[in-house]
This record gives sequence, structure tokens and C-alpha cells, in this order.
Amino acid sequence: MSLLELHAVGKRFGGIVANQEVSFQVDTGQIVGLIGPNGAGKTTAFNCVAGYYAPSAGVITLAGKTISGLPPEACARAGVGRTFQVARTFTSMTAAENVLAAALLHHKRVATAREQAARWLAFVGLERLAERPAGSLTISEQRRMAVARALATQPKVLLMDEVMAGLNPTEVREMVAVVLRIRQLGIACLIVEHVLEGIMPIADRIVVLDRGIKIAEGTPAEISSDAAVISAYLGDE
Amino acid sequence: MNGKSSTLALGSAAALLVAIALPFVIGDASRLNLLILVLMAAQLGVAWNLIGGYAGQVSLGHAAFYGIGAYTSTLLLLKFGINPWLGMFAGGVIAALLSLAFGWSCFRLKGHYFAMATIAVAEIVQIVFTNWDYGGAAVGLTIPMTHDGWAWMVFPDKRPYYWIALGLLVLTLAATAIVERCHVGYYLRALKDEPDAARSIGIDITRYKQIALSLSAFFTALGGSFYAQKELYIDPGSVLSTALSIKMALVSILGGIGTLFGPVVGAVVLTTIEELTRAGFGGSGRGTDTIIYAALIIAIAVFYPGGLIGGYRAWAGRRSSRRTARGYEPQAAVHGEAHARDEALR
Repeated sequence: MSLLELHAVGKRFGGIVANQEVSFQVDTGQIVGLIGPNGAGKTTAFNCVAGYYAPSAGVITLAGKTISGLPPEACARAGVGRTFQVARTFTSMTAAENVLAAALLHHKRVATAREQAARWLAFVGLERLAERPAGSLTISEQRRMAVARALATQPKVLLMDEVMAGLNPTEVREMVAVVLRIRQLGIACLIVEHVLEGIMPIADRIVVLDRGIKIAEGTPAEISSDAAVISAYLGDE
Repeated sequence: MNGKSSTLALGSAAALLVAIALPFVIGDASRLNLLILVLMAAQLGVAWNLIGGYAGQVSLGHAAFYGIGAYTSTLLLLKFGINPWLGMFAGGVIAALLSLAFGWSCFRLKGHYFAMATIAVAEIVQIVFTNWDYGGAAVGLTIPMTHDGWAWMVFPDKRPYYWIALGLLVLTLAATAIVERCHVGYYLRALKDEPDAARSIGIDITRYKQIALSLSAFFTALGGSFYAQKELYIDPGSVLSTALSIKMALVSILGGIGTLFGPVVGAVVLTTIEELTRAGFGGSGRGTDTIIYAALIIAIAVFYPGGLIGGYRAWAGRRSSRRTARGYEPQAAVHGEAHARDEALR
């Protein structure tokens, strides 16, 4: 049994099929990349796992328990952490308070949550910006803060939605280092990514979606030579 | 940070002592009455701020809770001879319970639609009381002055009312300060800033909005019961009107929403202007005070979107940034102002 399992997950919006029969697994301590061209249904699959959408078909389990259909807050409690494409920073708070608010999920005492927050901010390398208003951080810093915030909920699996989009090469390297450290903690990572240079070297496995359907799955090396993937990205001749 | 909060505590204690002693210095009944009006407006603003400011759910129906407080204590007193202190508490509890229905129906909606729904709910409550014979209908209810003194919260002299109003304000401020510092305070700010992100960190946003609303309803109702005991007369127009709901929101918005003392500042400014314009333009000039009132609100919305407290913070921030060449604080101030502006535009 894998940690996170998607069994034939489907999602329709009226007549539009965003996901159809999508199945894959993520194991503890694994980094799985979810890639595909624009409109492939990556974010939809992601939102189904995190509880933002209830799948129209199929089942999603986390550590053997069904989580599909649960609201996002219940998924978070069950152990699904996530970040968003835009950082969705709590702008009325400092960076430390952003993470503190998340740490309160398992530590209701504010003082304890504050210690946890400091720990996670240090983990992503933002300890010296802890007392800064969160909205004043750069995009790259806000992304890492969002990762710290998600980690503070003590997830079993962390979903990251395009955490590397729009970052410069140095910032991509910093983020890659953070993701590798997360894997060392034994947390599974599912990463939706457009920046293939960022995800290919670090992923243990890649799942490729196109038009809502899984067209390939394998190691990064297998995926980069897969004919179906190449035609999905570059088009047929 | 510790030094700053102990200075604040010391300052608050000193201000409280001055406030308690004030009625001994001010003999003039009409001036004392103005102070009572300020305290009452401040208490309602602070109570409204819990849901409207901290949780960011702008309610324009809070008169419903105020009226329920006023009617509960008055009906319990008139029909069953129940002591108004007990009645006041009962009113708070009933308002908090009714806020569950209020929240259940209104929290499905967001932003402007939520505000509109709250107006509708308050209108319904007003219509019910206007037509309910047992509750005095449109004629209202009069509290007889048969017993007076502290036990029955009826006084020929204004001073005890002042102290009770002050006590209610302090109580509401204390509750808000506790909420602000515990996990609920962080959760409210989170769900106000980014509801989707708040859910991703495990916050049941409807539940926490409801907690804020119930607390807000409870304290608003206490204010309503107090009003009934002070005026000894209530009717739907005086305790359930939409104008009253709007005033509760205004006091808070004017002073600075989501800040502990913002509504107090707002109440001082708003009540003073109200009374000055009313006195200055005479009884027949009732329209004039409303015009000035409205002009002021527009001015504040344009120039100080973060309210008077937000405006002060931005100003203080700019000053300190001129003094200290570099550092984190100036950035904090600029950020605070930008945030306030975003907030106003939302």
C-alpha cells in the first residue's frame, strides 16, 4: 500500500472532462512530479487530492484512509499539506505569524506554535526575515514561506503547485534544495511543475497528464524519451 | 516587544483610572450623557469589530442582536419580574444562539452578498418585533421606575450608567484582547486575508467565523440591554433600526477595523461630531448633521482607508523612517499603509 493513492480519479465540470481515470501512487519519502502541457488537468488532480474539488469518480486514499470528498481543512488534518500557484500569503501578518497560524493545527498553544514556526522558517532559510511583514518578502521568499507554512501542519504528503514558476536560476536552486531536505524528513512530495529543469533532476518518478488523461509514468529518464510525452509537448510531425 | 506591551498595559490602566474618576469631575449632566453615548458607541464598535474587523465579515445587521438584548431583558423584567442583570446575560446568550441561525443563513455568501443578507435578516427581526403584540409591537415597552438602585439597574442619577457603560466597554475590550492573542485571533486574520490558504492549514473557516459572530452577538446584546435600562423605553425603531447597524460598523471602520482600540477612537470622533452638528444646527437641522457625517466618512475612506488608527500608524512609520536611515520598521509602516489600502479596495 502506498501512502497516497489515486484510483481512477475523474473530475468533470459540466460537459468538460478535466480528469479521467487518473491513477498513480506516491510513496513515503518520494518526490513525484506531475507534468503536462497547459490545460492537462494537473491542478485539477491536485485540487481533488487537497479537497478543493470532490472528484466526480474514483477514490483517493492517504495511508489507507479515503480522503476524496473531504473538505480541504479535513484533508489538512489528515496529513495533506499544499502550496498554491500564487503564494496566498496572509498579508496582515509577519512571516513568522504566517507559519505560526499553520502550526496551531497541532499545537493550540501560541507559544509552542511560535517555536515550531521559527523551526520551519529556519528549515526553508528564512529565519532572518521572520519578523518582516509577509507581504514585503520577494516572490521567491513568499514561495518558501508558503512551503514552511504547509510543513508546519505536519503533513504526510506535501503538494506543491508550480513552486518554481517565475523564479530565477539561483532561486530555483534554493527551492530544489528545500524540496530535497523535505524528502529527507520522510515526507512525500507531489509537485506540479512547468519548469522541467527544476523537477526532472530531483523527481523519483514523473506522471504525465495530457487532456485529463495519464499518458505516461516512469523515471525522469524514461519520460524524457517517451514518444507520447514528446508528441504531447511538441506536437506530432 | 515586552517593554512595549508593558507600556501599553500601564497606559491602559492609567486611562481606566482617569475614566473611572471622570464623573466626579464632570458635574454637568448633558456632558456626562455625551460621555455615556461615547462609551456605548465604543462598546458596540468593539463588539462589531470581532466579526466585521478581525474576521472581515462586514455585517450590516447587528441591530438584530442589539434589539434582542434590549427586548430579552425588558420582557423578562416586565413579564416575569426577572432582574435586569440576569436579563442582560440572558439576552447575550439568546443573541449568541440566534447568531447560529444568522451565520448558518449568511455565511454561505461572501463579501457584498454577505453584507446584503445581514441587512435582510435584521429587517426580518425588526418586522417581527413591530408586529408582535406580546413584545409591545410598534408602541414599544416602558420600564417603570418602581425600584431603583444597583440591584435593578435603574438610577435617577446619570453617574452609575456611566460606570456600567465603562464596565461593559472594558469587558468587551478584554474579551477582544484575549481572542486576538489566542489561536482564534490568528485563525480569523488568516481566513480574512486568504480563505483558501486558511483552509489548507486546517482552519474550518465557517466554524471560526461563527465563533467570532456569536461572541460579537453576545456583547452587542449586552449593549442593547444596557440601552433599555438607561432609556427605560424601547421600540423597534430605537433598538432594531438599520441606521443603528450602520453606526456600529462605521464606528469600527472609522477608527480602524481589526485593531483593539480603533472602535474606541472611532466612537469618540463620531459621537462628538454627531452631537456637535446636532447642537450647532439645532433640532430642525437634522439633515445637516447627516450631511457632515457622510462627508466625513467619505473623507476618511479616501484619505485613511485603514481608519484613523491606520492613518496614525502610517504617519508614525513615515516619521521614524525619516529618523532612522535604514531598518525594518519603515518598511513595516509602508506595508501597513499599502495593506490598509488593499483592504479598502477589497
